[in-house]
Formats: sequence, C-alpha cells, structure tokens
Amino acid sequence: MNAPLGALDRPNSYIGRSVSRPNAKRLLAGRGRYVTDLVLPRMLHAAFLRSPYAHARIVSIDLDEARAMPGVRLIATGADLAKLCKPWVGTLDHFKGMKSASQLPLPVDEVSWSGQAVVAIVAESRAQAEDAAEAISVEFEELPVVSDIDRAREAGADRAASTIEDNLCFTSRLDTGGIDEIFASAFHVVEEEFHFGRHTAVTLEPRAIVADWDASEGKLTVHHATQTPYQFQDLYARHYSIPEVNVRVVAPDIGGSFGMKLHVYHEDMAVIGLSMLCGRPVKFVADRIESFVSDIHARDHRVHARMAVDGDGTILAMDVDDVTAIGAFSTYPRTSAVEGNQVIRLMGAPYRFRNYRAGLSVVFQNKVQTSQYRAVGHPIACAVTERLVDMAAEKAGLDPAAMRERNLIADDAYPCDSPTGYKFEALSHQESLTKLKALMNYDALRGEQAALRQRGVHRGIGIASFVEISNPSPAFYGIGGARISAQDGALLKMTPSGEVRCLISVTEQGQGTETIIGQIVADQLGVAHERVRVITGDTEVTPHGGATWACRGAGIGGETALQAARKLRGNIMSLAAAILQAKPGELDMRDGVVVDALSGAERISLAEIARIAYFRSDTLPPDASAQLSVAHHYAPQGYPFAFTNGIQGCHVELDAETGFVKILKHWVVEDCGRIINPLLVDEQVRGGVVQGLGAAFFEECLYDENGQLTNGSLADYLVPMACEMPDIVIGHIETPTADTALGAKGCGEAGTAAASAAALNAVNDAMSPFGASIAQIPMTPARLLKALGTI
Amino acid sequence: MSATHPVSLSVNGEQISRLVEPRETLADFLRRDLQLTGTHTGCEMGVCGACLVLMDGRPVHACLTFAVQASGAVVETVEGLSESAEIADLQRTFHERNALQCGFCTPGMLVSAHGLLTRPGVPSREEIRDALSGNYCRCTGYEAIVDAIETVARRRSAGERAARFLEEPA
Repeated sequence: MNAPLGALDRPNSYIGRSVSRPNAKRLLAGRGRYVTDLVLPRMLHAAFLRSPYAHARIVSIDLDEARAMPGVRLIATGADLAKLCKPWVGTLDHFKGMKSASQLPLPVDEVSWSGQAVVAIVAESRAQAEDAAEAISVEFEELPVVSDIDRAREAGADRAASTIEDNLCFTSRLDTGGIDEIFASAFHVVEEEFHFGRHTAVTLEPRAIVADWDASEGKLTVHHATQTPYQFQDLYARHYSIPEVNVRVVAPDIGGSFGMKLHVYHEDMAVIGLSMLCGRPVKFVADRIESFVSDIHARDHRVHARMAVDGDGTILAMDVDDVTAIGAFSTYPRTSAVEGNQVIRLMGAPYRFRNYRAGLSVVFQNKVQTSQYRAVGHPIACAVTERLVDMAAEKAGLDPAAMRERNLIADDAYPCDSPTGYKFEALSHQESLTKLKALMNYDALRGEQAALRQRGVHRGIGIASFVEISNPSPAFYGIGGARISAQDGALLKMTPSGEVRCLISVTEQGQGTETIIGQIVADQLGVAHERVRVITGDTEVTPHGGATWACRGAGIGGETALQAARKLRGNIMSLAAAILQAKPGELDMRDGVVVDALSGAERISLAEIARIAYFRSDTLPPDASAQLSVAHHYAPQGYPFAFTNGIQGCHVELDAETGFVKILKHWVVEDCGRIINPLLVDEQVRGGVVQGLGAAFFEECLYDENGQLTNGSLADYLVPMACEMPDIVIGHIETPTADTALGAKGCGEAGTAAASAAALNAVNDAMSPFGASIAQIPMTPARLLKALGTI
Repeated sequence: MSATHPVSLSVNGEQISRLVEPRETLADFLRRDLQLTGTHTGCEMGVCGACLVLMDGRPVHACLTFAVQASGAVVETVEGLSESAEIADLQRTFHERNALQCGFCTPGMLVSAHGLLTRPGVPSREEIRDALSGNYCRCTGYEAIVDAIETVARRRSAGERAARFLEEPA
C-alpha cells in the first residue's frame, strides 16, 4: 500500500514539501489566543494555599479572616470539593499488581508533597485571591518524609501516603533465560550504575484553565491548555457526574506541552468544582513557582546495568535493574509506571543480541508526581545502552562506530522483534550510521581529536543509536482500562464556495499539526492548501479521538485525514460525473477543478459543483447524491507501535580545569517514515535535541532530605539558552510504514531520545585521557570535576 | 495595597491614562487593562524574556517594570510593532524559516531581535545567540531563530526593506 503519494510535480502535491504554517502568522503578530489570555464575563480567579511540608497531617484549617478579605467570593477545602468530585486512582489494569493512593482535588487530611494545593481561594482578581491565601492558617502535623529510594523499599519503612501498604507502586521483570551463565562465560563484561536526574517540562506558557459551569443548561465549558481535550471531556464528565454531551473542552493556542499538559492535576480538577460552587467562570494559571512544584516531573531513575560481549565485540546480553521514584502517588489516567516500563523495554533495542534480563521497581516518595514527558523512558534506555556499548567497544578494542556496525540490526533483517517483545516492521540503523558518519565526517573528526589532544585540547565525540516508539495502538492504554483513544476522527466539509474545512481530533501545540493535515487534505483532494482550513482542539465540533501525544499526529492523524479526503474526493467525483454525465474514472481533480483525466481539459470547478449541490439541487439528476461532508475514523490495526529509528552524534570540548563543556556541534539522522513537511520535522527534531541536551548538562529538580525542592524557579533551574546550544545538522532516511497509505511515523521524541546519550558518550570520550568517567546526568561542572578527581 | 495611582503613557502610539495599583506590573497592565495579550508572562522574574516590550526604544522586561514606572514613557508591544510594520521583515523571515512553534516566546524574541538589529553592524551567529540569552524557547532548538535573525540582519544591511507582513495571504 505504498504507491508513491502526490509526486511533487503534480499540482497541489504537498506531501514532502516545506510549507510554512498558516497559523503561525497570528502568533507572530501577537494575536495568539492562549488560555492565559482568556477573559470571560464575570470571571473569577483562583489561587491555592500550598503545603510547606513534604508530608504532613492536616490538623485544622482556619478560614475566618481570609473569608472577610476584599474581593473573596469563595474559599473551598478538600472536604468541600469531595462532595462534588469522585476520587481517582492512577493505575492501569495491564500493569499487574500496580497500586496508588486515591486522589481528590484537594486533600482532606494528609498532604504528600511540598507544594501540594490544600485550600482554594476564589476572588475577583488573582492578587486578591493570593492576599487572602496569606490570611489562612493551616495547622499541620509533620509526618516522616520518604525520599531515599532504598530506604523506601525496606520492610517496615515509613510510607509516602498513609493509604498505601508500602512504597512499591509497581514492579516488573523480563527474562529471556540463562543470563547468569552468559555473563559468567562472556569474554568481556562491562558494568555501570547510572543516575538520571529529575527534570520537568518548563513549557513557556504555564498550565492554564478556565472552567465555566452554566447551571441553567447543566453545561460545563472548559478552556484548557491541554494536548488532549477529549480525555478531559471524559474525565470531567465522569468525575463531576455531568453527561458527557454537556461537557465541552476547548484547547486553543497552547504555549508548549511536551506531554506535561495531558495529565490530571489537582488544581485543574478543583477549578471545575470551584466554578460549579460559584456559578461563574473561574480561571487558574499556575505561576512559574507553582509550576515547579505541581507540573509533572520526569526521569529520576537509578539504573544498574551490565553488558556481556564476545571476544570480537559481539554483544551477547544485557542485564538491567531500574529503580525509579515517582512521587507519592501515580499520575492519572496514564500512570507514573509507563516511563519505567519503556526504559526496560527499550534497552538495547537497536542491537541484534537476544538475551536480556531486567527488573523494574517503581517507588513512592514525598515529591512531586512524575509522569510522561517527551520521549518517555527513551533517553534513559538509550543512555544506558549506548554508554555500555562504548565501554564494551573499548574493551574489545573497537572504535565506537565500528562497534555499532558490528552489532546494530541489519537493515534487511526486518520484520523482527526485540528480546523485550517489541515488534519492528522496518528500521534503518545501519544506513543511518553510514549517513551519520558521512555527515559528521567522522574519521576526520577523530583525526582532529587526536591532534588536538597533543596540544591539551580535550574534545569528545559521542554517538548514540536509538529506537523511538510512535503511533501506539489500543494495546497501550485502552487495554489497561483507560478511556484514552488510539483512533482519530476527521470531518471534512466542502463549503458552498468549493473550499474545504477539516475538523480533526489531533491537536496543535505549535509542531504544525494543522499545517500537515491541511497539506494532506489538499494533496489528496487536488486543491490549493490555502483553500483548506483545519480546525482542531474543540470537543464540541471535532470528532472524538486520541489527539496529539506519543508522536501520533502525523502517523494516525495524518492517515485519518488522508482516508477522509479520499472519501470526500470520491463523493465529489461521483457528483461531478453525474453533473457532467461522465464516468468518474475519466475525471481527475487538479487545483480545485475537475478535469478530463487524459487531456487535462477543464470540465467543472469545485466552486461550481458546490454551488449546484447547495443551491440548485433541483438541477441534479434524480439519483445523484450530493454528500459534500464526510466523517471518517481511523485506528492503527497492524503493528502495535510504529517504531522509528535514528542515530545522533555529539561533539564537545571539555575544559578540564573548570568542568565546563562547550557543545560544538550535534548531528541527527532520523527515519520517521514518510516526511510530510521537512521544514517542520527538522525544527521539531532540533527542539527535541535541545531538551535532551538540557537534561544532559543543565536541568535537574534538586531536593533536600526534607523533600523540599531547592531550585524551583527559572532563575535557579537551568534551561538551555541560545548561546549554549550548537547548530544541529539533521539528515533523513525515509522508511515508510506499510501499515498506512500515508507511510508516516512520528518524529517528536527522536531528538530527545538520544541527545543526552550522545552527549554522555562525548563527554566520557573527552575525559578518557584522564582515565575518568561519568555515569550521571546532568553532567554539571561540579560533577565533572569530581569525576576528574579535581574536587 | 489597593490605593490607585494615575499613570499616563503612550502605548503603540496611543495616549493612555489609567489608575493602577502600585503593585501592578507593566506586563499585567498591558495584558489586563489594555488587552494587549501579545506580551506574555513566562516566569515573572525577568529570566525568560516572553514579556519583553520596547520602552523608550529599548527592550525591557514588562514583568519587572511596575506600571507606575512606565508613566510618561513610550511603550511599544508586538501588536504596535506589527501594525507599524517595523518588524515586518523579522516576522516574514520567522514565518518562512519556521522560527517558532508554540509562539509563546515569539513576541519577546521579536523584540530582542529588533533591539539587536537596531545596533550598528551585522551580528555574527555567535553574537545573535548571545543576544538571545535572555529569551527562552522550549520548542525550536533556537537554530531557526538564529537563522531568521541572521537573514534579516544581512538584508537590512543591504538596504532591503520588507513589505508589510500581515496582509499577505497565509
């Protein structure tokens, strides 16, 4: 099913073309409409009093003084909202034995992390709500804080929440058998303990929500900065017992999400109840300080791993133990166990070896919840694997590139599966490596490195192969009982002027979803893309679907649009044939005009077809059916995931005296299948790389032993800046998936998946003359100096 | 806390007089009192650059400036700079080069870029990256932004003026 689509010499052939984003123009003009900007009539503002303790019992709350403060309209506690909102538990059925403490919008008697919202204040202005929050006094009784992941797992340890039996949220094991014997007899064994810091998404627009309960209609409208409006429509309906048909969730322009804005947050759930209690719209925008203590964090893994290698450098086996700490409860509805699960399943994924053993422990502690953030689990699996591959290469006396040539899965070996159970349709690891070496001028770079070392300049070169998970099927969430859709829906309508509106369930956060959907629809119909308007992010008008996450926008959303466009095209052609008394097969559609397929002679324009259909149906033949709107849904049915692959290279220079690392250049070769818009793919990959380099060098949520976040502001938490980031060279291989006509997979995680691994290898390469090494990210100057033995 | 003070200033060429609380920031004043929501607040502590506006011709953090401090000043926001077409070349090149994704940092980026390009000379890529150190972008990876500014710098130094940006068809 991979006939070449829209050859670029055809009119309106947009698949594969760099088209600028029409919707970017309003953002450039300052006319974006973010939830943060929204003002509704009679709208009130919510602020939250937050727990100063990481773990405490709420003894009493005194609201009298605050209630009398100017502008205050409502103050609500956990008990008030518990009367309206059903509790939730963040577990999935297919994660056997998983447990988590039940959650309410605001706690009734126990707080389990520092920064947890305790009391909601609603006032005429945000400033008045914050003033009133200062007048509330809450008496807390401190409880033991669980922070250390080993002590948390000891028998009889203090618990992170009083309603759980112990601090083990979930465990999992994978074992292909005979691992101990393989390691015992292996020629080389390399082993390391890796530490991955907690970090967070830092979307430039913080979380924002406006809930508007209209008691007269029993209707809830929520303007919500989220990737997944349908998921929230379902959740608000269920937890507040409102018929789903009366719940509308609108996701307008979103100031970045990266997975962070698709989880349930206590404040957001509270705001729904606050609007119901006030009978007025209520707005909450997290400020940056609140974001740090309430947005999900991610990573926080300690991985002990070893690799067994033959005398010639052939990888034989991996043995992995991952312990990850997730906060005091598991995030709803996607859980906090998916990252660990993907870590142990993505280990070694690019390589041929067949023997594997892994253990995963997901541990509760009194910190902010962790959950899915861009490239879930990938950077950890990739960094562990790729560092071990480099260590093994050194033992085997092979160059890192040669080591990979020897061990990467051959490009003609597909379909195949991984020892962890993933099924790969078609990947291109070897071709990607060849292309990367050419892009980097790898051999010359090695030569330069050797020469510079003589002069005391310490440069490092790191490479990292990766596999990326995209386009998950229902086997991901649906099977676990979560009402998160794996399908998407599109509604295509021809207007009376012969233009096209496409309402589709995938959503836009700036990556260009609306642009590529417009390109696909225009391409398939044969109209100029300026004649197609794409509408997303409003549950009232778009069909129900999974929306945009896990890189499903192009692969699943794109295929949905393609199939819908083909359906509409069929309807238009039958109608045109009826009007022209021709056979549909004799006609073609080009540039908004139905033409004779052979001669290209114009027969009738779309505008004329639409005019007749909408205004002069009396002139149509009696059996002609003018169906100029079509609805279509598509769900992936072939492979459970559309895996993609690629490889990255990183070139750094280490100042051994200061521990500072300058990133000189970064390269990515990635294979996301059919590329719909190279301009958008390249910049999305670059953005992903920078988030990965942030994790590698800068970003970390630092806690003290009392569970207090000590760097929770943008002045203290380091985000990569333009001056620290290198130019990033992108190359592509295109291996389309045969599961769809479009052939597209995903590209949003690719950059983040391997950037930190490539950087880790590059820094270790730079440190090798000193006999030093590091197995922890972020690689801060202090950690590097410690590794070098300087401090 | 709530006693208001009169302020009078020029915003995007219009003379504005309002009563404001002393604690109200210029960012909140622009966004809330004047509905100029193109100015964004990302950190409210002068780090991220999303709130940058021109005050008397110089980029300032609207989140670190109190509205009362802007009394008597000339303030230009992304809305005004768009309408006057002063940054049309930057907007056009950002659009062509896809130098934005979510767009939340973009107004601040444009103000920084405009501030940089009003200085004499053609900045190098390194100088552009350095000048953007006070502007966080979480989406693009910065490269397209640097490319776009570099292109405009060269075009401006060659004396090219861009046509208006906003009226063009998407």
